[in-house]
Amino acid sequence: MERGTQLVKRGLAEMLKGGVIMDVVNAEQARIAEEAGAVAVMALERVPADIRRHGGVARMADPAKIQEIQSAVSIPVMAKARIGHFLEARVLEALEVDFIDESEVLTPADEEYHIDKWQFTTPFVCGARNLGEALRRIAEGAAMIRTKGEAGTGNVVEAVRHMRTMNREIAAVTQLSDEQLVSAARDLGAPVELVRIVRDEGRLPVVNFAAGGVATPADAALMMALGCDGVFVGSGIFKSSDPEGYARAIVEAVTYWEDAAKVAKVSTGLGEAMAGIELEQLSEAERLATRGW
Amino acid sequence: MPRVGVLALQGDVREHVRALTALGVEAGPVKSHEQIESIDGLVVPGGESTTIGRLAERFGLIDPLRRRIQEGMAVFGTCAGMIFLAAGVTEGTQPQLGVLDIVVRRNAFGRQNDSFEADIPIRGLDEPFHAVFIRAPWVEKTGSGVEVLASVDEHPVMVRQGHIYAASFHPELTDDDRVHRMFLDRVATDS
Repeated sequence: MERGTQLVKRGLAEMLKGGVIMDVVNAEQARIAEEAGAVAVMALERVPADIRRHGGVARMADPAKIQEIQSAVSIPVMAKARIGHFLEARVLEALEVDFIDESEVLTPADEEYHIDKWQFTTPFVCGARNLGEALRRIAEGAAMIRTKGEAGTGNVVEAVRHMRTMNREIAAVTQLSDEQLVSAARDLGAPVELVRIVRDEGRLPVVNFAAGGVATPADAALMMALGCDGVFVGSGIFKSSDPEGYARAIVEAVTYWEDAAKVAKVSTGLGEAMAGIELEQLSEAERLATRGW
Repeated sequence: MPRVGVLALQGDVREHVRALTALGVEAGPVKSHEQIESIDGLVVPGGESTTIGRLAERFGLIDPLRRRIQEGMAVFGTCAGMIFLAAGVTEGTQPQLGVLDIVVRRNAFGRQNDSFEADIPIRGLDEPFHAVFIRAPWVEKTGSGVEVLASVDEHPVMVRQGHIYAASFHPELTDDDRVHRMFLDRVATDS
């Protein structure tokens, strides 16, 4: 009997496909998310929009918060650790969270190294803006990838940019001959063995979700249409005027994204989405996606 | 050629479609009433059982699925799929088809850190099967018409009730096609 294997870690990510993972900050929100049909929740101290507003150093959530949420729902509970903060990750593993997000939404703890994720029984999800970054995280042991997007903005433009970049780079890799692989790996900054897998399979070797700026059912459907396996929604649900309604509608739009009439139906009469931020209004220092490499 | 649908509300649909297609049947995702009427067999994949159940309920798929299975359509549920087919769960309530006379304990082996791989004997297979258990349920109670095909620590993890098959593990995640073949033999017999 073997635990913590790659198959078991990547396997849980496969089970989340076609689903929505929602940021929650307490047991009540977690129950709303589960009732709406979320496949998992991300337990947080504050949603990204509030992290932006609050400022200061953003850290792993209080274990009491995570345990409160774990005891409220039966679906998987994820939690965020700072980039490179392997001790926060060890704490989350000891708390038996189901997935650890090594996240740029929190303040990075190490500007040189990401966590060596092979050392853990708990699987990790990491953000990426392009193929090379995704493959570096997978090389470090990530069992799932998500676009970074730009969290807490309610603006899907960066998630779209990251997914389109990934798709374009994967398409280019599939055209490579064996002799071109090493140079391509050098240019991508990724191990050649992973580049070879992407060339042969035409996709990442792990599940790839959208994250960072998804605020409406149509945003979620758009990310599915671009080829994402599922969607993370952070501030988009509990910063809207009707969290129950938005949560349900986004779940339904992810399942029926190909059916615009159904997306129209679930989007009808939802009320105000979260207030968004135009990316031009953010200074370089306020951009979370540039954290990590 | 029999047509087998994989219920595509949420979960690892692609892996089941791939496993079934490799065995030479016409397989594809199904998520509408019309599609459910057009298939000879159904797989309910792994995923989150609460998500699959709630979507099936909201989009009016519970009754057509239940009717087709009760009329004899062969069905195979893995993990969340097992829970969805079952008559009940040990804790709480969630939308279920109730066509398989078992009560299931969800996340019975624990949280993700307790997910595991193991070789288990399965009734009807000569060699053990390498099974992947992910936040897996087990069967807590079985009705009289239910045959237990595999167990872990004396907890049933694969059962059959006539044309209804269910496993708490994921044969779609490995290359061993024997469990899918067992199910397809039943589909072929019926159609």
